[in-house]
Amino acid sequence: MSNRDVLITGIGLVSCLGEGPDAHWRALSDAAAAPRIDSERFAPYTIHPLPEIDWNLQIPKRGDQRQMELWQRLGTYTAGLALDDAGIRNDEALCASMDMVIAAGGGERDEAVDAGILEASLSRNDREILLNEKLTTDLRPTLFLAQLSNLLAGNISIVHKVTGSSRTFMGEEGAGIAAIETAAARIRSGQSEHILVGGAFETEHPDMLLGYELGAFLHRGAWQPLWQRQGADGGGLVSGSGGAFLVLESRDHAEKRGRKAYAKIDAIVSDRIKRRDGAFEAELERMAEKVQRPAAETLVLSGASGAHVATGAEHGLYDRDRALAPRAFATRTGHLKEAQFPFAVALAALAIHNGAAYPPFDPQAERPVDGAPESVLATTVGYHVFEGMALLGKA
Amino acid sequence: MARTTDHLGRPLVAVTGIGIVTSLGVGKQDNWAALTSGRSGIHRITRFPVEHLNTKISGMVDFLPSSTKGASPLTFELAATAAEEAIGESGLSIDDFGGPLFLASPPVELDWRDRFDLYKVGKGETAAQRIAQAASELQTLEMFESAQFGSIADRLADKFGTRGLPITLSTACASGATAIQLGVEAIRRGECDRALSIGADGSATAEALIRFSLLSALSTNDNPEKASKPFSKDRDGFVLAEGSAALVLESLDAAIARGATIIGLVTGCGERADDFHRTRSKPDGSPAIAAVRAAIADAGLGETGIAYVNAHGTSTPENDKMEHLSLSTVFGERIRNIPVSSNKSMIGHTLSAAGAIEAAFSLLTMREGVIPPTINYDHPDPAIELDVVPNVKREADVATVLSNSFGFGGQNTCLVMAREPQ
Repeated sequence: MSNRDVLITGIGLVSCLGEGPDAHWRALSDAAAAPRIDSERFAPYTIHPLPEIDWNLQIPKRGDQRQMELWQRLGTYTAGLALDDAGIRNDEALCASMDMVIAAGGGERDEAVDAGILEASLSRNDREILLNEKLTTDLRPTLFLAQLSNLLAGNISIVHKVTGSSRTFMGEEGAGIAAIETAAARIRSGQSEHILVGGAFETEHPDMLLGYELGAFLHRGAWQPLWQRQGADGGGLVSGSGGAFLVLESRDHAEKRGRKAYAKIDAIVSDRIKRRDGAFEAELERMAEKVQRPAAETLVLSGASGAHVATGAEHGLYDRDRALAPRAFATRTGHLKEAQFPFAVALAALAIHNGAAYPPFDPQAERPVDGAPESVLATTVGYHVFEGMALLGKA
Repeated sequence: MARTTDHLGRPLVAVTGIGIVTSLGVGKQDNWAALTSGRSGIHRITRFPVEHLNTKISGMVDFLPSSTKGASPLTFELAATAAEEAIGESGLSIDDFGGPLFLASPPVELDWRDRFDLYKVGKGETAAQRIAQAASELQTLEMFESAQFGSIADRLADKFGTRGLPITLSTACASGATAIQLGVEAIRRGECDRALSIGADGSATAEALIRFSLLSALSTNDNPEKASKPFSKDRDGFVLAEGSAALVLESLDAAIARGATIIGLVTGCGERADDFHRTRSKPDGSPAIAAVRAAIADAGLGETGIAYVNAHGTSTPENDKMEHLSLSTVFGERIRNIPVSSNKSMIGHTLSAAGAIEAAFSLLTMREGVIPPTINYDHPDPAIELDVVPNVKREADVATVLSNSFGFGGQNTCLVMAREPQ
């Protein structure tokens, strides 16, 4: 035990399963629950949609809400949940000294403006001039800010007054991995005492699905649990809307303000495996060793996306190492991209905190685990690139 | 034996390689010669038609093979070109760098040309369906990767053999400084002996220009060389520009041990977020003031310790006023005697790259003993009493520099650099 231990003292979660750690623990403990999906709106793709959210609860000013599109609102809202949960929200001094690392992609474009330009392009052969003409007159000036990656952090500063520092990492799942790894390293080394870290992904916009489909990553046809999508139509990934934010704190800082922690982050490893070299599975195995998980049976909150190559390699790891008992939560929430690793870490912390493993999310592919877990592994293997693992233990 | 730790006992961080690309040219030599002779790289836009646009000038980089290929390919080429020069100068391996990569680069989106092409061939009722249908039948990953936020860093990591998961970051117009800060912090934590920090931005598309224009952030001056006029009374906005810079950062210990030439040191980093507004600073300037103070304190210096300020100096009415307020608050009356100049008067605002490019120029300022001027300073703003090194370079013995970067979303990041250990 050390003063510089990295503790998780606040969790904010939103997904199709609801909001907050308790709602997620309950929903994920219900082994018989039907998937919360929408296969109509973006057919032929299935998504896991957002639940009903009363934005006013975390973003009280309507003016602030209007400045954001759904992605930034979702992130700002989820960040507020984490701050609330840690007892930091509205504590001016703690927010003003709090650091922040956000994992972000981009915000939503104006679908109607884009569609209008595309339609007009069929009857004109001066595309570039058409763009100038339409964008100049049709774009809302403030929409740009709702699209900027770092403006999720900017809105968190404005709404929640977190102003110690503000950094935004980009790069799909890798952004979430690097955000937590960097935040933990800062705390461990004394560069920071308390950090807000996390991200959000809002999939209910055609461009967010297009980002995947440009690489043919999306699953099509009837929904299936994540481990059972190999060989099905499409690329295997079912996207979801959601967010995950954590408050990480040094043991010293948490104890001084009398806060209990959900769990401790013992180790994080990240990598950029050269997947085309054929060493994918062996490299994942090496990562699982490097994170120093115990030899005993270990619950794994797997952030597998369903993407065939990546998920196949991760499945291979669990096939060979029978001590690892995976729970691929994207079966229940959909893939949350930048928020995937923060979500995995949050769910791992809840298992430690509640002293129980989740039931299998897919009973055909996952086995039950008995007893209270001492250590839980959280993984995210990016659908295209970048990998991360974190080992969590009791605080 | 030189001291290799700082006032807090942390490893000192040396810069052993620098690479630069701006509208003024490729490489330190050309850039420095142009910058110190007061030449502007701002020119008329030729990359796309300017009909209907309010702004017809920019500091785009138009002379690279990727200059007409879209934001992602150009940003990659800008980053790779600067990194090659920097690693080459450092003497480290060009394809097995062996330290982490921190890349400041613009958010990516699918290029309009690709959208048009997909829409044309796609099938479906709505525009979104047509595009998605065509996308799912693409035979290569080229278009996919151009719209992935992690791709540029992934390719750079391949090319230069950097270690581990590369970090791509955005803190808007402070991004380049943040990339350096992350490298410095990693070395201070003892995670690595060296890091490659790059800021690159090749995203000056028509849509980018229109977006900034709609926020009234851009100069509408039609005279390219005269448009960027930081701290002048008649300044009317920034000039959108492209460029890149790469810095090889090393622990001073490691650099000395391998006999590397030390260009300078990054001795302090400071930041503070602003919670006031998405594009405007808090009226009292307190976040920028706090960032400047934090950087100076992090370097173990007092307010008398800074010899020159490389300003953010965007040439917008708001920034230059607020930057003056911050500097005069921190340095008091003494600010009149500290030279403060803006590279943006010549290269424009290179957005995600600006903090890195300006840190690179700050290091060259110390090494060469020459302060680049603020050009177009013909009508001083009487409310901004600064020694802006007007119009003509100045020879000076500069031992320490403060470089400011302020961005949309309340981002304030400041770096302190020194010629040698204090």
